[in-house]
Amino acid sequence: MCLAVPGKVLDSDETSGVREGRVQFAGIVRRVRLDFVPEAQVGDYVMVHVGFAISRVDAEEAERTLALLSEMGALAGELGLAEPEAEADTLEPAPADGSKADRGDDRRD
Amino acid sequence: MTGAIRDLVKYIDEYRDHRIAHALAAEIRGRASRKWVLMEICGGQTHTIMRYGLDELLGDNIELVHGPGCPVCVTPLETIDKAIELASLSDVTLVSYGDMLRVPGSHSDLFQAKAKGGDVRVAYTPLEALKIARAHPERRVVFLAIGFETTAPANAMAAWQARHEGLRNFSMLVSQVLVPPAIRALMSSPANRVQGFIAPGHVCTVMGCDEYEALARDFHVPFVVTGFEPVDLLQAVLLLVKQLEAGSAQLENQYARSVQAHGNPVAREIMQQVFAVADQKWRGLGMIPSSGLRLRDEYADYDAVKIFGLADITVEEPAECVSAQVLQGLKKPTDCSAFGSRCTPENPLGAPMVSSEGACAAYYRYRRHTADN
Repeated sequence: MCLAVPGKVLDSDETSGVREGRVQFAGIVRRVRLDFVPEAQVGDYVMVHVGFAISRVDAEEAERTLALLSEMGALAGELGLAEPEAEADTLEPAPADGSKADRGDDRRD
Repeated sequence: MTGAIRDLVKYIDEYRDHRIAHALAAEIRGRASRKWVLMEICGGQTHTIMRYGLDELLGDNIELVHGPGCPVCVTPLETIDKAIELASLSDVTLVSYGDMLRVPGSHSDLFQAKAKGGDVRVAYTPLEALKIARAHPERRVVFLAIGFETTAPANAMAAWQARHEGLRNFSMLVSQVLVPPAIRALMSSPANRVQGFIAPGHVCTVMGCDEYEALARDFHVPFVVTGFEPVDLLQAVLLLVKQLEAGSAQLENQYARSVQAHGNPVAREIMQQVFAVADQKWRGLGMIPSSGLRLRDEYADYDAVKIFGLADITVEEPAECVSAQVLQGLKKPTDCSAFGSRCTPENPLGAPMVSSEGACAAYYRYRRHTADN
């Protein structure tokens, strides 16, 4: 319920006090309310929850964290700490029971 | 997802990198010198942990327990009964987030109300409910406004906008909960086992970190504000383990790409304009003082309880359901005798089995073998 999905702001407009814009997620483009993120500009990434952007993604912070973590991953790879046999670059989710689509790829909220 | 689409998923895929994930897990296993019990309080994080089997990477010294972090799961039976009552009125259109439809009330659920002819609709955003109200002035549209602090600004905006537009056929049945008072209640319980908290990243995106800093100080437990991808969660566990091993109890922000120290001031402002803090009943936990939000008096005309004169009711929870202990981290879903047999997502006894973010449903989908063995 509290999930928010990162998406890229493609444009924005303001009519009668309501700020909205088109935001691109993985495969789709949606109209999203931008009232809560006055600082977000076209090209920025925002976190979107139930149709509202709740934050502008801080690209510098994201890069800093990732650089640190990547270094750790690379080091662990060299030392043989990480499990090297995985074929994909990303973790594979466990298969889910039941017939419902796996929500992880359908992160609508 | 296809490979072509995956390339576009910035700020998701890099946090699912298996090499980083396994490196973090190895370091956690190496550093945890004794058993530590950590709790996450967000259903989205519970789901990620179970979906990727993160708990199984951490070794025997780390136990993850799952707190009352699913708003669907903690919405009181009384609210669901009220929603069902409203949905049975011939001139009412009840609009709700999807997961709420299957949550059992005391004797029925919203799906059954719909099957009996009630106009019950699912919306992704509260703005959809406003749209329905504008398009159907002859209907009385009620939005079932549930959620934690993450959702409160969006729900508040719907009420604000309805008032601003003079929309008279729109109202809200509110069941908003606040995380910090629930943590306070858990930590004050003599049965508490939790030694460190994975704090909810999107709640903090709205509210900031101040309240959690106070909790860390008052209870001398470390908190790490955390994102929702596997690498986020593993990094948070590592930060918590480092603190616990060092005897430290600080607030740290792992999710700085979304969370500012003071949250989102614009979102908090609209939330405060529309809602006031109130006592709130939590399903499974009971009444917790100042742990919820109600519509302010200026919004009385948009309060479904007042408009429809809904009576105050009190309903007992099913005795067999142990969700209260599950929500406090005292029991695992698989400890419940009804788990997977008399209680399944198709036939849930309690709410944690309903929502995909409920701990019981997450275990049922990803960890049934534990119960079967």
